[in-house]
Amino acid sequence: MAVMAESTVAQAKRSSLWTRAFESRHFLGAMFMVPAIAILILFLAYPLALGFWLGMTDTKIGGAGRYIGFQNFVSLAKDSVFWLSVFNTIFYTVAASAVKFAIGLYLALLLNERLPMKSMIRAIVLLPFVVPTVLSAIAFWWIYDSQFSIISWVLIKAGLITRYIDFLGDPWNARWSVVAANIWRGVPFVAITLLAGLQTISPSLYEAANLDGATNLQRFRHITLPMLSPIIAVVMTFSVLMTFTDFQLIYTITRGGPINSTHLMATLSFQRAITGGNLGEGAAISNAMIPFLVAAILLSFFGLQRSRWQQGGRD
Amino acid sequence: MTTADDQSVGMDYLESFPRKFFRVYLPLGLIIFFLLFPFYWMAVATFKPDAEMYDYEKYNPFWIVHPTLEHIKKLFFDTDYPLWMWNTVIVSVSSTFISLFASVCAAYAIERLRYKGSRYVGLAIFLGYLVPPSILFIPLAAIVFQLGLFDGNLALILTYPTFLIPFCTWLLMGYFRTIPYELEECALIDGATRLQILMKITLPLSLPGVISAGIFAFTLSWNEFIYALTFISSSENKTIPVGAITELVNGDVYHWGALMAAALTGSVPVVILYSFFVEYYVSAMTGAVKE
Repeated sequence: MAVMAESTVAQAKRSSLWTRAFESRHFLGAMFMVPAIAILILFLAYPLALGFWLGMTDTKIGGAGRYIGFQNFVSLAKDSVFWLSVFNTIFYTVAASAVKFAIGLYLALLLNERLPMKSMIRAIVLLPFVVPTVLSAIAFWWIYDSQFSIISWVLIKAGLITRYIDFLGDPWNARWSVVAANIWRGVPFVAITLLAGLQTISPSLYEAANLDGATNLQRFRHITLPMLSPIIAVVMTFSVLMTFTDFQLIYTITRGGPINSTHLMATLSFQRAITGGNLGEGAAISNAMIPFLVAAILLSFFGLQRSRWQQGGRD
Repeated sequence: MTTADDQSVGMDYLESFPRKFFRVYLPLGLIIFFLLFPFYWMAVATFKPDAEMYDYEKYNPFWIVHPTLEHIKKLFFDTDYPLWMWNTVIVSVSSTFISLFASVCAAYAIERLRYKGSRYVGLAIFLGYLVPPSILFIPLAAIVFQLGLFDGNLALILTYPTFLIPFCTWLLMGYFRTIPYELEECALIDGATRLQILMKITLPLSLPGVISAGIFAFTLSWNEFIYALTFISSSENKTIPVGAITELVNGDVYHWGALMAAALTGSVPVVILYSFFVEYYVSAMTGAVKE
């Protein structure tokens, strides 16, 4: 249909080459793509390729590097700080994502109830995600202050502890502190996107289950979860991706300290490449993140396929 | 959608208030308290004089006895904060408009012109959305330096679209898909050119989508940190997040009052914009995930 309509118009307008070119979908399509493709090639595709190359050179800031093969990776493999950052990144991602998913799903279910002022509550819930991360991280920095932490003050007044907690001075305290800040920032995203998914589930399914005498837990287990699983897969992929490559929270709250115990791969690559000037080594650390990211994307993609297949199989 | 969630708890009226209080309101209240407390703490520190801020024995830390504007005054008159604010506005507005323009064109071409290979280009753009800035900033720094853009607003205006365009294009493709093709066919038969169709039919009909993409893109660029931190070195060219972190900390002396004032005043513009366009923002956020 569309093609026919177009060709008749084209015949009627065969006045000049210029008009004709503009009636061609392929030519016009290419023209329309120019701004987006130009920016994406110059500032996305090219740097991505350049990053692979830089990771194989010994480039320093302000000087040309030469090709050294996999030497950066060999020296990283012997670098305990690098392995510590890998461990931290995985710990940070797993701990934060698991809690974000649990609280986010719970919050989405709560928001899906009949509530007064629902849209306002939803708007407020999303605030931590809207506000610039670095600026809210400054607030967390102050909350975790070793002398003036409000958490320590409240716990002391409540008689639960006797000394101020050294939130950012002790390795494990610092790790849990940044995980908590990340959870605070990520929960709204998970909750609101899952809520959007919950609202698309047809109420007739729940009515049918009620008639069959299903309990709350059974309705959740056999209707909500399966219907929600495709969107859960996508949301958690994004969440894992954002957490794994996080930079802002760590840089603001701990800068990787104490003694590198909160350094993520992203912050370590910044420290080596920009602060330390070893662009090549930093790029190698960035490149080492890529396999993890690809694995996360593939995992959720296949999870998604599987859940779709299950849903199809049950019909 | 509203009818769906009204009915989703069909037997809600059978539930007594105390039961619902413990099942819904109490946990919801606790989570909201956890989510809002850092903002309250930020606001309290902004308006609290130093004497109260560092003395928890004499003053209750949760209240302000003598509110003061001294931190905000210090921030606006003794630091480059007004310049950071200006840079953030310029960079966010320009990169948002560049991205919107490029994305509208690209999404229309992919979704409606359906030129040869448009499916694959659409997929490639979505993959671009998955490339995180923290693996791009090192090579990008080298490129920005080579192009002579280092330490200027243009470095940020040109690099922010790398994460905005994939997102906006993906979102707008979804919106364009919902517009009936017949409308465009009618216009084609009436002799409209493709450009006229885009400007007079497709764009007006997908205005909500364009606003959603624009609002979300604006907040993303206002919040951006790692590129701004890497590509900008002199204080007067910094954006708010970078300026607050790097310029308000002198060695070991933290100006907590000024830091909190910067955090609060830097968040307020985004929050105001967000409060006017909540629905658009949410539809942008969920739309990008749903597809």
